[in-house]
Amino acid sequence: MKILIVDDFSTMRRIIKNLLRDLGFTNTDEADDGNTALPMLKTGKYDFLVTDWNMPGMSGFDLLKAVRADEDLKSLPILMVTAEAKRDQIVAAAQAGVNGYVVKPFTAAVLKEKIEKIFERID
Amino acid sequence: MSNNKNRHQGLEPEVTDKLRSQAEELLARVNEGEYARAMTLINELSEVRDQSLYREVGRLTRSLHEAIRNFQIDPRSAEQQEALSKMTDASDRLEYVVKMTGNAANRTMDMVEEAMPKASGIRDEAEALSKEWVRLRRREMEPAEFRELYRRIDLFFVSLVKDSSDLHNNLSEILVAQDFQDLTGQVIQKVTALVKEVEEHLLGLVVMASHVDEITGTVHDIEQTEISSEEGVGPQINAEEREGVVSGQDDVDDLLSSLGF
Repeated sequence: MKILIVDDFSTMRRIIKNLLRDLGFTNTDEADDGNTALPMLKTGKYDFLVTDWNMPGMSGFDLLKAVRADEDLKSLPILMVTAEAKRDQIVAAAQAGVNGYVVKPFTAAVLKEKIEKIFERID
Repeated sequence: MSNNKNRHQGLEPEVTDKLRSQAEELLARVNEGEYARAMTLINELSEVRDQSLYREVGRLTRSLHEAIRNFQIDPRSAEQQEALSKMTDASDRLEYVVKMTGNAANRTMDMVEEAMPKASGIRDEAEALSKEWVRLRRREMEPAEFRELYRRIDLFFVSLVKDSSDLHNNLSEILVAQDFQDLTGQVIQKVTALVKEVEEHLLGLVVMASHVDEITGTVHDIEQTEISSEEGVGPQINAEEREGVVSGQDDVDDLLSSLGF
């Protein structure tokens, strides 16, 4: 299980990386926006994407849409971890095909619950 | 600003009184066919208009000067440098906050990443040893195994002392890393005060500008620009009081399950 963590703040990437490691996911890579993340995803090495929304360059929402529009990537599970808290944004993310939505600030327990829920559905 | 308090709607009462009485007289003169007198009245009326306009322009110029002086951006004033440096200082200060909080977060995570393997190492070894210990108590252990356990427990005690004091050190380092809160808190309070000050002066300018619009009869076509939330708008402050904003993960979960998630 290889996971790509996309966030423009290195501290947040580090927090998520540590929490994922605690959950037993030790194989993670990082990217700082959608433009960096998309080519990495297209290598096909990743099984799961955790992304922020608000990033300079390509936003997480655009990344979500790009992944869903890509024939090879469209079934990749995506968890959004973001400070974006508008209802219409959450609805838009859901309609664009996000698998889970965690709003910042979040706890380790919430992250764990959402990730487990996503994998439950996939299995 | 003190000069905002005596702001008034439209023209001054004496001017409107004069307008009203002269308009009435004008109507009466026209009705009575005294056109020469009527023409004189029209001239007087336009004089009243001009005078009140000049007076308003004079007043506005004075208020504008005062507002600019309050803003401390009067180019002739000696305070200009200081005022400008106050703004640069504010952005420097905020940059300092970003740096301080970033450093604290990284320092804390360094300590955590160092501590976690030690904590799980202690847990794993203690778990393994307690299983062996149970076997020993049940007398299921061979003498060779016992000697091995004896050696392992010895080593465990040594590493336990070292690792737990390392953990203690990391925890106190993490504690100290929170000192940024005091410093950044002070800095942010100072910047907040400056922003409030600027906001007040800006408000004064807005009030004055609307007054200019009022006496000149200017109407602005202000296009309502809707900001797309697709690019992301960042964290919501006072989420509980805002419409269309979730106030936490529970809200998100409710919303998503209402959508069939």
